[in-house]
Amino acid sequence: MSGCPFGGGQQPPADAHSESSVASPETTDGVTRRLSRRGLLGLAGVGGAGAVAGIAAGLLGHDAIAAAAAPPAANDSVIPFFGDRQAGITTAAQDRLHMAAFDVTTEDRAALIELLKDWTAAAEAMTAGRTTGATGAVDGPYDAPPEDTGEALDLDAGRLTLTIGFGASLFEKDRKARFGLGGKRPDALIDLPHFPGDALEPARTGGDIVVQACADDPQVAVHAIRNLARIGFGKARVRWSQLGFGRTSSTSRTQQTPRNLFGFKDGTNNLKAEDTALLDEHVWAGAGSRAGEAWMAGGSYLVARRIRMHIEIWDRTSLREQEGLIGRTKGEGAPLSGGKEFTAPNFAIKGNDGEPLIGMDSHVRLAHADQNDGVRMLRRGYNYTDGSDGLGHLDAGLFFIAFVKDPRTHYVPMQMTMAKQDVLALEYLKHTGSGLFAVPPGVRQGGFIGEGLFA
Amino acid sequence: MPGLTSPKTRRTAGARLAVVAATAVLPLALASCTDNANANATGATDGPIQVTSTDTECKVSAAVAPSGNLTFAVKNDGAEVTEFYVLAEDGLRIVAEVENIGPGITRNLVLTAPAGKYTTACKPGMQGDGIRADFTVKDSGKQATADADHQKLVDTGVTQYTAYVKDQTEQLVAGTREFAAAYAAGDAAKAKSLYAATRMHWERIEPVAESFGDLDPKLDAREADLEPGQKWTGWHRAEKDLFPPAGYKALTAAERSAISKQLVADTGELSTRTRTVELSADKLGNGAKELLDEVARGKVTGEEEIWSHTDLWDFQANVDGARIAFENLKPALEQKDAALAKDLDAKFSALQAELKTHAKGDGFAYYNELSKDEVQQLSALVDALGEPLSKLTAAVVL
Ligand SMILES: [Cu+2]
Repeated sequence: MSGCPFGGGQQPPADAHSESSVASPETTDGVTRRLSRRGLLGLAGVGGAGAVAGIAAGLLGHDAIAAAAAPPAANDSVIPFFGDRQAGITTAAQDRLHMAAFDVTTEDRAALIELLKDWTAAAEAMTAGRTTGATGAVDGPYDAPPEDTGEALDLDAGRLTLTIGFGASLFEKDRKARFGLGGKRPDALIDLPHFPGDALEPARTGGDIVVQACADDPQVAVHAIRNLARIGFGKARVRWSQLGFGRTSSTSRTQQTPRNLFGFKDGTNNLKAEDTALLDEHVWAGAGSRAGEAWMAGGSYLVARRIRMHIEIWDRTSLREQEGLIGRTKGEGAPLSGGKEFTAPNFAIKGNDGEPLIGMDSHVRLAHADQNDGVRMLRRGYNYTDGSDGLGHLDAGLFFIAFVKDPRTHYVPMQMTMAKQDVLALEYLKHTGSGLFAVPPGVRQGGFIGEGLFA
Repeated sequence: MPGLTSPKTRRTAGARLAVVAATAVLPLALASCTDNANANATGATDGPIQVTSTDTECKVSAAVAPSGNLTFAVKNDGAEVTEFYVLAEDGLRIVAEVENIGPGITRNLVLTAPAGKYTTACKPGMQGDGIRADFTVKDSGKQATADADHQKLVDTGVTQYTAYVKDQTEQLVAGTREFAAAYAAGDAAKAKSLYAATRMHWERIEPVAESFGDLDPKLDAREADLEPGQKWTGWHRAEKDLFPPAGYKALTAAERSAISKQLVADTGELSTRTRTVELSADKLGNGAKELLDEVARGKVTGEEEIWSHTDLWDFQANVDGARIAFENLKPALEQKDAALAKDLDAKFSALQAELKTHAKGDGFAYYNELSKDEVQQLSALVDALGEPLSKLTAAVVL
């Protein structure tokens, strides 16, 4: 598993572990929250059937909301949607995920642009803690279905972020360009190779557009995807979606390292928001080498892999073997070469048998930047459980998400190594879903997501 | 098998086992050990005896403990890799040890100690005599069983299993020759009839065979396990050709001949290497567990024999291999944990009985003939057995 659910381990300590500063959204009182979700009503003005018809035609969504957008509530549950880069990448990882990949069902370029504009408006509203549409969940005409599904009405913004990316199939299908995007597919947006042991299910793989919704409240994340899907009906259809709980990595030094379903700390060595120079080097995409791919400058590439863990078998494995496979202690998360969680692993230290304390086939060694040409990635995975498999085993594991500058250098070689050599991957993991998406830079006020692509 | 495609990987894993085997004791903190958590409840301290190893000192929080299971929590506060030993009174015989503790790391050493005088030692840098101190175990009424006899039973079990591996390997070599000849000659009917039965000899000894990391992928790789550019040889290559999916393009006679030759050669190499393989009790115990894991992961799900659907043959063979290992260790296990031995007996029988209901002629029903309920039932019995089986190694070796 690429980049591994379990971090390599060379994070400088800094103030790494100040638990106290883990961001937790303040709870405001119910009235305020409700008002914020409904705050558009007065501003939208027109109201009534006209507005509903406008939205339905996809004309009003963006402009009306952009015009109406109140400054985000002074509330630390809100993460601003607009910016140079999309939120949800270096944003301190929220607790919950709902990710959905969509197939675009129209072949009309204008309709696609319209969809992206409508999504932009809705995304801005929902991340600010407001309802979608001009009349929201309860303030529209009595005889029309509400514009917002309403299940987030009494909740605050929940630090919702919506991060949108484009799959290769948006650019071309059957070798034919779509939506007039010939020449716009970035070279880095490759077709991932088959990795040994892959058991990818088509219904969990690919997609034209991906939306990553992260929030501290699962209902907020689900609400967001549900409403985007609804807005997309007729133009886009959900291809697959995935719920995640329990972030399995930290993207900020203010966060404690979480644990994956194997019970090990995950993401110790992850890139953090504070590592700005490293982010430039490993996460943020450049302008590429052709004019057609310049729209990606400041964006990133999102790798998603659904990694089923054979947790029942793992649970029957001795602690010695578990720690040996990972290369870290289970309790503290220290590398087996010694020290504490954030001590750099020493791959050279040997035991009295002449073998390195951190095994040659251990996950930490194979995933470590030192063993991968110095390459690093920003991981943002989540644990998942999708019920059971009918054989009494949890269908559970890691929904691996990583953001990288270029998957050709920053994902494929490492995943190939892992798939071939990592005993953990060979015996305890199975990749069942996969996706690679080009995540454009952020949206400025008045713009829309992916605007540069259509310029 | 899952995707064991890396020579380096398996060899290292094998080496790790060998190291464990070299010490008489498996220094693990295992919940399955009876009462180790409170080993010291009646002693000078509560909970584990704390040992702090620095570059110059070896601090042991208690010098006296009651007999029974003892836990030493050994913390390395020094700058070098350290080890901790419990030695017999003569200071020579090693009763238990924990090795390779990196700086800053704590490892538990669990042992069963009869009353008597002992010596403890930390060995920072893993060299020299170490920093020693006297240690006394007082009779608590819980006497640990003596072990010369136990070791003999273990040794006998290992010897028997070694002979079993040799026998299965020889049958595998003979069967493979026959299969390969039929397959190369284009006698598909005969090759198909030999396919599953011959593979059983392989599946019975799979953990041993897999310890040769370079041979395993050559002989047993599934198509999904291949890496780009890797040449596909072995049983499953022939399987796909003999049980072709729709739209499959058959191999040429020359290609079939090459696959056959390679299969025979690789199996011969396996046999040669198996002759010098050294087994040990923990390899038997862990091997038995791994075989059940294989069943749970690949056979009960029908992923192993994706074209021939002969998964139940492999299933039976994996269970055979696990059961033989267990039975060879059973006399030793009965001394240490009779209840576990009984439990395993019962669960092997239950699984075997269920498997038998799917027997057809000399073989079994095809996997795709099983109903969902039947697969669930098999899976439940595999899990029921797998859980106690994972305790076998520690119970016998500790
Ligand atoms: Cu990993």
